Amino acid sequence: MSSYRIQGATGEWEVVIGLEVHAQVTSNAKLFSGAATAFGAEPNTQVSLVDAAMPGMLPVPNRECIRQAVRTGMAIEAEINTYSRFDRKNYFYADLPQGYQISQLYHPIVGEGQLLIEADEKAGIAEDKVIGIERIHVEQDAGKLMHDQHPTMSYVDLNRSGVALMEIVSKPDMRSPAEAGAYVRKLRAILRYVGSCDGNMEEGSMRADVNVSVRKPGEEFGTRTETKNVNSVRFVMQVIEYEANRQVDVIENGGKVDQETRLFDPGTGTTRTMRSKEDAHDYRYFPDPDLLPLELEEDFLAECRASLPELPDAKRRRYENDLGLTPYNARELTAEVETFARFETLLAAAAAKIGKGEAQVATQVANWALSVAPGVMKSLGDEANMANATAEAQAGILAMQDKGEISGGQAKEIYEIVLRDGGEPEKIADEKGLKQVSDTGAIEEAIDAIIAANGDKVEEYRSGKDKLFGFFVGQTMKAMQGKANPAVVNQILKDKLS
Amino acid sequence: MTELTNLGVKAIRDGVADGTFTAREVAEAFNAAVAAASELNAFIVATPDHALAAADAVDAKRAKGEDLGKMGGVPIGMKDLFATKGVQTTAASHILEGFTPEYESTVSQNLWDAGAGMLGKLNLDQFAMGSSNETSYFGNVASPWKKDGTNAAMSPGGSSGGSSSAVAARIAPAATGTDTGGSIRQPAAFTGICGIKPTYGRCSRWGVVAFASSLDQAGPMARSVEDCAIMLEAMAGFDPKDATSLQMDVPAWEAGLDADLKGKKIGIPKEYRMDGTDEEILKSWEQGKEWLHDAGAEIVDVSLPHTKYALPAYYIVAPAEASSNLARYDGVRYGLRDLPDGAGLQDMYAATRAAGFGDEVKRRILIGTYVLSAGFYDAYYTQAQKIRTLVAKDFAQAFGQCDAILAPTTPTASFPLGSLNEDPLTMYLNDVFAVPASLAGLPAMSVPATLNADGLPLGLQIVGKPFDEQGVLDTGLAIQQRAGFDAKPDKWW
Repeated sequence: MSSYRIQGATGEWEVVIGLEVHAQVTSNAKLFSGAATAFGAEPNTQVSLVDAAMPGMLPVPNRECIRQAVRTGMAIEAEINTYSRFDRKNYFYADLPQGYQISQLYHPIVGEGQLLIEADEKAGIAEDKVIGIERIHVEQDAGKLMHDQHPTMSYVDLNRSGVALMEIVSKPDMRSPAEAGAYVRKLRAILRYVGSCDGNMEEGSMRADVNVSVRKPGEEFGTRTETKNVNSVRFVMQVIEYEANRQVDVIENGGKVDQETRLFDPGTGTTRTMRSKEDAHDYRYFPDPDLLPLELEEDFLAECRASLPELPDAKRRRYENDLGLTPYNARELTAEVETFARFETLLAAAAAKIGKGEAQVATQVANWALSVAPGVMKSLGDEANMANATAEAQAGILAMQDKGEISGGQAKEIYEIVLRDGGEPEKIADEKGLKQVSDTGAIEEAIDAIIAANGDKVEEYRSGKDKLFGFFVGQTMKAMQGKANPAVVNQILKDKLS
Repeated sequence: MTELTNLGVKAIRDGVADGTFTAREVAEAFNAAVAAASELNAFIVATPDHALAAADAVDAKRAKGEDLGKMGGVPIGMKDLFATKGVQTTAASHILEGFTPEYESTVSQNLWDAGAGMLGKLNLDQFAMGSSNETSYFGNVASPWKKDGTNAAMSPGGSSGGSSSAVAARIAPAATGTDTGGSIRQPAAFTGICGIKPTYGRCSRWGVVAFASSLDQAGPMARSVEDCAIMLEAMAGFDPKDATSLQMDVPAWEAGLDADLKGKKIGIPKEYRMDGTDEEILKSWEQGKEWLHDAGAEIVDVSLPHTKYALPAYYIVAPAEASSNLARYDGVRYGLRDLPDGAGLQDMYAATRAAGFGDEVKRRILIGTYVLSAGFYDAYYTQAQKIRTLVAKDFAQAFGQCDAILAPTTPTASFPLGSLNEDPLTMYLNDVFAVPASLAGLPAMSVPATLNADGLPLGLQIVGKPFDEQGVLDTGLAIQQRAGFDAKPDKWW
């Protein structure tokens, strides 16, 4: 149970949240036409006759978009509807050339599924929670109006017109802004793992309609508002925060929450009415007669299933159970596609170089990847050339460290040079003298001298003052100018002092 | 040379192929006939250069000994619902007046690829909505036929009224039509020519201005069953650009023609004997039965019990789809734009659509919008779809007992232009016999049977099993051979 509550004048209020996430399907072509979909192209350069709704033009479903929706459904463990259908949602707007959007109201392609959000103390999520997903359907995006091109006219850019979207509709299962934020992040990760959406919220590849209502804990759901087109995780959380408090104020002041569509203003962090229920469109949905129902064959489904990668939850469990990583490290490493991809490449390279199994070096590699390497990178700032951050180079450093040839500090120093100037870590270590001395002869010589010079301390140690061991280590390291292998120093000191 | 215009598709194709005349001679003859027939108002624009260029290409091919194509050297009329590259395509509407597509519809392209040329774009009821060709923005089309002893202009039927008028008047040997609820068959019947609507999906809808997508089908209109077979072969075929296109090979219908109906059963649906049907129509139906019996067929009674609900269901489904299909004509991207001073987007929509659509189109958009509205959808659209399923089931059951169905095409012969304008319901009833086959997506054809006492043509309709255009054509051919319909209208234009 979430403990997030709005403190109202009449007591505590619980907030109820459902999200409709629109995710642009990764595909070279639009949902029903062959036109391209790249972001940022010149206006109206990616428009086919179909997208411009020229007379007599017909939609033909793009199989790749359907495949991506099915794979996404499988990734949230959802029911895949082998029979689905397209419906027309009719309304007039200048960015909607057909005068209707082709969507799926009555028979969506994906049915009920679910998504796990993980406990996160810091974010205020006490325990793991499963969020229900109602459905996923595919639909066309609209074009874009440009109001800043002419003093009295608006221009229309149809590049986005007809681009495939998945609308992923959650159940009203979230109870705090943190849960909603975690849901969006997790959904984004899954989409990116699957490769069905690039999850780029800045470019509009992912945006959310945020449904919020409030109630006294344990009571029936209140009236909800829907805030449209929110395009970042932070904004989603702000909308909820703002809407929940606004609704509590309205109710506690004797008013009623209107079921309405609202708009978010990122500048002020507030929402305002876009249209009320009375102004709601009658979309006159009906089955699109240009399109036959989609009937998915078992072969197609099997191919979709086989093409799914290891998903975030499974990967996290494997990192913990098979690689022996801490839950924190496992979660951090699996949160983003790039992170785990880099980690797994480095892990393979390091294990090979070191000559041990992946599980035996995983913790070392994880610590390197999550804390050491980012620390070095950060300290270098602009000087870091990330092209030098190859798995090969990093594995080389890790291998030297594993063999005791370099210390942790030296590893950082070498990596710093690698990032800044490039080069092979092994050579750098040699050339810059960044190696520990493991030559027992030299260390013994130094230790013999220290023992000879500190007879009194040796006596004290031998008579039980164990703490002095540190003094001897320090003296030895000093004599060795910090380059002695601490493990070797320890061993020889122990032998000689006993 | 004037005799050339009396020739049909097969005679022209064969004559060009064997060198009796050149394709250019044919094109010139028809171009001249088109130019001289402006009183019929069958064409919105003539395209003599297109016809000549195609003819010259065919003649050049013949000189080189190359294959001339299924329609080699045949100039045809193109219903102005088909997008033709570089040639104005209006759907007989003001809102698309002057619209010149940069693309060619699949069906017209197929015809050009088969060696046909275009005489011009044929008039029609606006957006194919109408049964008399009186809703065109470009004026009524007159039938070449007159009622004996009168001089009133008669309706050529609709919506393919320009097509029927032109073919009956011998200013085109053949023309394309489209049939949503009888728009090929009814005008064919009114003007004494043949017309076939194939199985839904045979002809691509790509590039055809949409009226009601789940019903629209293109088909040929010509003066003989053979000509229809030839032209349908050229028009049909799978098109990956139309998701409802049939993924089937096009049969060799012309080669397969066989008027011997021995072993075939022809069903006579008792529900088509409706009140208000003209006695002479019923008589010609009886005659048709005898002809088919004579051709070797067994005549059996069948029942299509949901027939009386078909027309009301059609007038829900078709307007519903039309109301959505016509939403794209909004003044934003092409066609008419009416932007009053200081107007906003909504004002522009209202002004453009008010000025751009005719009354019948507006009537159907209103009906369609109404039946799809929240609270009415289930009572109208859902019910209509159920009826549609039942109508299709009726046919499926009837086809358990017979191979094809014979019925009248229309309840009456042609009527004078202007006589039914005030009464949309009576006008709609014209398609009562045509609509059931449309709802079921079945191939259906009208062939001329006889002239009535007023000297006006009457047609008989054959409805076939899905994909059995051959059976329909064969039955039509059996009627054609026995009817011996060779009447032609007296030239008054």
